[in-house]
Amino acid sequence: MASEVLLPTSPAEAASAFGDGSGVTVVAGGTIALPDITHGRMHPARVLMLARSGLDRIERSGGAVTIGAATPVAALVDGDEPLASAAAHVGDDEIRGQATVGGNLCASAGETPRGDLQAPLIALGARVRSAGAGGERVESLEDFLAADSSRLVLDVTYDDTPRSAGYAAAWRPHAHHYTILAVAAVREGGETRVAVTGGGPTGRRCPSVEAALAGGASTRDAAATVLDDVDPADDALASAWYRRRVLPGLVQKALDSLAG
Amino acid sequence: MKLNVNGVEHALESGALTPLLHVLREELGVTSPKAGCQSGGCGACTVLVDGEPRRSCLTPLGAVDGAEVTTIEGIGDAHDLHPVQEAFHTLHAAQCGFCTPGMIVATVALLKRLPQPGRREIERALSGHICRCTGYVKIVEAVEAAAGGSR
Repeated sequence: MASEVLLPTSPAEAASAFGDGSGVTVVAGGTIALPDITHGRMHPARVLMLARSGLDRIERSGGAVTIGAATPVAALVDGDEPLASAAAHVGDDEIRGQATVGGNLCASAGETPRGDLQAPLIALGARVRSAGAGGERVESLEDFLAADSSRLVLDVTYDDTPRSAGYAAAWRPHAHHYTILAVAAVREGGETRVAVTGGGPTGRRCPSVEAALAGGASTRDAAATVLDDVDPADDALASAWYRRRVLPGLVQKALDSLAG
Repeated sequence: MKLNVNGVEHALESGALTPLLHVLREELGVTSPKAGCQSGGCGACTVLVDGEPRRSCLTPLGAVDGAEVTTIEGIGDAHDLHPVQEAFHTLHAAQCGFCTPGMIVATVALLKRLPQPGRREIERALSGHICRCTGYVKIVEAVEAAAGGSR
């Protein structure tokens, strides 16, 4: 059966076409959805394509940076850290040119964790604006990910404020491998936020590490506590054992690259 | 929906969700973009969409309605090779040739953006393109030669 395809031409139209989201498959860059459709793993009845939705803008105003959901990952590569380093770690140039921020935030874990931008955006204290059942909503990215709700991401916002950022990632054997492990750290004012990719199905914040740092622990001792904050799984890229073995070193590396 | 493919306008019958790869190969008979993995992981289907290299297998037609698409057929032919094709040919940068159209269109886009790329930039631009024959050394040399030739 042919799918019904909706091609909204404004953010408001996109939100209206999404409605409460029931039965709607969102296609932004297509890097996740198209292979599933091509190979017959997905048979969507209604497809909402964001290609002309106008949700592909980055705005820096009023003390905040707002990134539209359909912004390609490539547009972040020369931007704010630690988001830029994480973006550069996604796929290759062509994939980054197509894959979008919203798709990355909504990417289900699949066979391996694949939302590389989640951890750096958590570390930046990002808020997600989404549409869906009950109308528009703004919440922290952590709450958005925890809710596992089927909502349409409109944009993601973080404060445009002086910060120091750190990023460390496990070596990727090939440009098409998903990231095995990555750590993003942000220090703003006196506060340090730390988040991890590969420590669970989504990016997750590391409250134990943050508390240890706030209590004056060394970066090495604080990094060791990351094992209380993660629950990695075995997958084709790495075992949970390997991830737990390597992660503290990466956390320390990211923390040591923070200034001040 | 419409596409301009290699300078020729086409009105299309394929649906909005049809991958550009299938539109090119099956509706238009343009067969240089290869159906390799059809998951975005090999680069054999890469074409230029409004000048930017894109995986045609990941691109739904509805997202590129009205765009200009360039495949290797629009870059040069056997009687009038593009400098990148010439370099690949002279330096034996193709063996079975399955990956070559994707490699060459990605290289053409790279050299347009960065006429004198270093080895690192070349490797980065082609990092998503898989070749199972050459071991890549000849390919990188061909890109360097094509860049040198256009000096």
